[in-house]
Amino acid sequence: MTDLRNHSRRNFLTRCLTGAVAMGATSLRATGETQAAAAKSRVVVARDPQLRGSGAAAEAGHVDARRLETLLDHAMQSLFNLPATHENSIAAWRRIAGADDSVSLKVNTLGGRGIATNVDLVAAVCERLQQAGVPARNILVWDRDSEEMERAGFRIVIGGDRVQCFGTDRVGYEDDLSAWGSVGSRLSKILTRSSNVLINMPVLKDHDGAGVTIALKNMYGTIHNPNKYHPNGCDPYVADLNMLPEIRSRMKLVICDATTAMYEGGPGFKPEHSWKSNGLLVAQDAVALDFTGWQMIERKRAEMGLKTLEAEQRPPRYIATAADSEHGLGHCDLARIAVVEIQGGAS
Amino acid sequence: MNCELVRAEGGACMALDRRSFLMCALASGAALGAGEFAAPAAASTLTSGAQAQNDAQFTYEAKFYEKQANRKIKCKLCPRECVVGDKERGYCGVRENRGGIYYTLVHSRVCAAHIDPIEKKPLFHYLPGTTAFSIATAGCNVNCKFCQNWDISQSRPEEIPAQYISPHQAADIARKYDCPTIAYTYSEPVVFAEYLMDTADAAHEAGVRSIVVSNGYMQHDSLEQAYGKMDAVKIDLKAYTESYYAKVVTGQLKPVLDSLVTLRKMGKWTEIVYLVVPTLNDDDEEFRGLAAWIKTNLGLDVPLHFTQFHPEYLLKNLPITPVPTLERAKAIADAEGLHYVYIGNVPGHPAQNTYCPQCRKMLVERVGFTASQMLIRKDSTCPYCKHSIPGIWHA
Repeated sequence: MTDLRNHSRRNFLTRCLTGAVAMGATSLRATGETQAAAAKSRVVVARDPQLRGSGAAAEAGHVDARRLETLLDHAMQSLFNLPATHENSIAAWRRIAGADDSVSLKVNTLGGRGIATNVDLVAAVCERLQQAGVPARNILVWDRDSEEMERAGFRIVIGGDRVQCFGTDRVGYEDDLSAWGSVGSRLSKILTRSSNVLINMPVLKDHDGAGVTIALKNMYGTIHNPNKYHPNGCDPYVADLNMLPEIRSRMKLVICDATTAMYEGGPGFKPEHSWKSNGLLVAQDAVALDFTGWQMIERKRAEMGLKTLEAEQRPPRYIATAADSEHGLGHCDLARIAVVEIQGGAS
Repeated sequence: MNCELVRAEGGACMALDRRSFLMCALASGAALGAGEFAAPAAASTLTSGAQAQNDAQFTYEAKFYEKQANRKIKCKLCPRECVVGDKERGYCGVRENRGGIYYTLVHSRVCAAHIDPIEKKPLFHYLPGTTAFSIATAGCNVNCKFCQNWDISQSRPEEIPAQYISPHQAADIARKYDCPTIAYTYSEPVVFAEYLMDTADAAHEAGVRSIVVSNGYMQHDSLEQAYGKMDAVKIDLKAYTESYYAKVVTGQLKPVLDSLVTLRKMGKWTEIVYLVVPTLNDDDEEFRGLAAWIKTNLGLDVPLHFTQFHPEYLLKNLPITPVPTLERAKAIADAEGLHYVYIGNVPGHPAQNTYCPQCRKMLVERVGFTASQMLIRKDSTCPYCKHSIPGIWHA
């Protein structure tokens, strides 16, 4: 958070302290938690109905950064089945990265400020990574294009001992192709040269071609030619892209920003088809997370009286493809996914 | 994406200013004039990495699209008919919907320019021995796994350096360097149709002709309007099966066959290239079916070039096409009765030459990309037997 939000080191430490206090006073309850079997992929769905406050504040729609940070801590602790303590909020992150790592956070800013990865959420992740020992200069927040990032509320930061924040347009793509199956693409140099750990930070939204776009499809923002991979509902392109060793070997964590989500009309932002979901989805299995997110969108569609994506002939088939025996990227079978629903928020 | 190679040997790139670019073009022309065959590459990429690109300079409203509800548009340029939402791009990557209006982002945005012998396109029956000022922008409406120029055809315009060359500037350069034609080539001219049309108009005003090297994957109306301005057309017919088009090209065969028939009806001089890829489109029955279709729908006089594949892009696992395979393809097409069947990318092969179908005498001898001997008379007849040889042989 230090660099993204232009806070000083002192402010940063102060924020850590207040964060700890807030967490100590936090209530966390599991609602319908499933006991995860060893073979199951764990997907945490964390919600805070008070994320935007109440009354007029909730109507205004602004997310409370402090509550969001707390929700993130709860989600991470739950992901690794750790008791809710301040120490464990850091311990969870040490399972992802440490002092020797270079971590890149691939956000999604295509939809503009209305449906982009929340800046406060990204700042909270950066803060926790630093607390886990990752030097600020080794953390890089990125997407395809710097201007798109700025439009989504990110401040471009290049150089210095700060968290870096810029798009691939600043450094370009590798000259050589990376290929797997139907995909042959040049990868962002940010991914290949500036990170050994990738944290995938998509948003939760409908997609007129692919059905939904969540974690797996967010990787379209890492390549030079995403336009080539939209036919046939992006299947098998999304799955094949995620098989690229440069992506597969780096992606350690997915944090899906579902504070605002879209059930129809995506991928561009359509306020009339969005809802304040006030949640996060966190997992290490991107396929399981996508499957879970897809079900959430289907439930919202049903609530709004819309047909299923299957009935609209645009189910996200690529999710099953990613889970098939050829790809083996994760699970999309409910029997092999442990969905852990939590409600967390500062009390 | 057409099959004409643009990259320089070894992938060398140069940062060129305007002056350097022209010098490069001149030097290239001189080198080519020397008749050297630099297989498989004989051109250089124009780059201007030192110059910032001003997107507005290249952005024009597209000609071929329909507006739809919710600020969406449907592109009517190629059979893909991309439905594109606001702020999104079509499959080609060079056309963008901005608030319900569809724009081309590559008008005058030239990422490759060179002076080539026309035989390199290849056009064998069109002004042999002349040179073409050859230009391309980024983008393509298919994704051939064997693409030789994938670094420009499969990129978005902002990802590769480019130079602003207006239609009138292109015509001026062609005239300045004694090129009777401008060739739209290297990537896929379908996707820069507006620039192609404006440049063809400017070139015709300046007495310069236009030729296009294309996959022919277009809608009927866009083909008529855009290629109606061309003086000659070379179509890459990638295969004669829909399955190959689906798996290897990411397109469809039928619209390309329809385009060839339309071009025939339009009276455009057309030649066909068929890149023979080992194990994928080298079956005898496919060769026979192709030749029979050409005979029935286009006639016996359409030149057909069977060219040699070299491992590139996503098909690096396959070998170079054996020359006997190409010779077998030619023999099959010859047996069907086609009059002008060539073998390409095999320097020195006798099937690079043009022979009179009546007296069998050699009329045009080619060494690499150079026509070293041209005997066809001004009235387009064989000097030995007076048989009419189809083509545009003299300026």
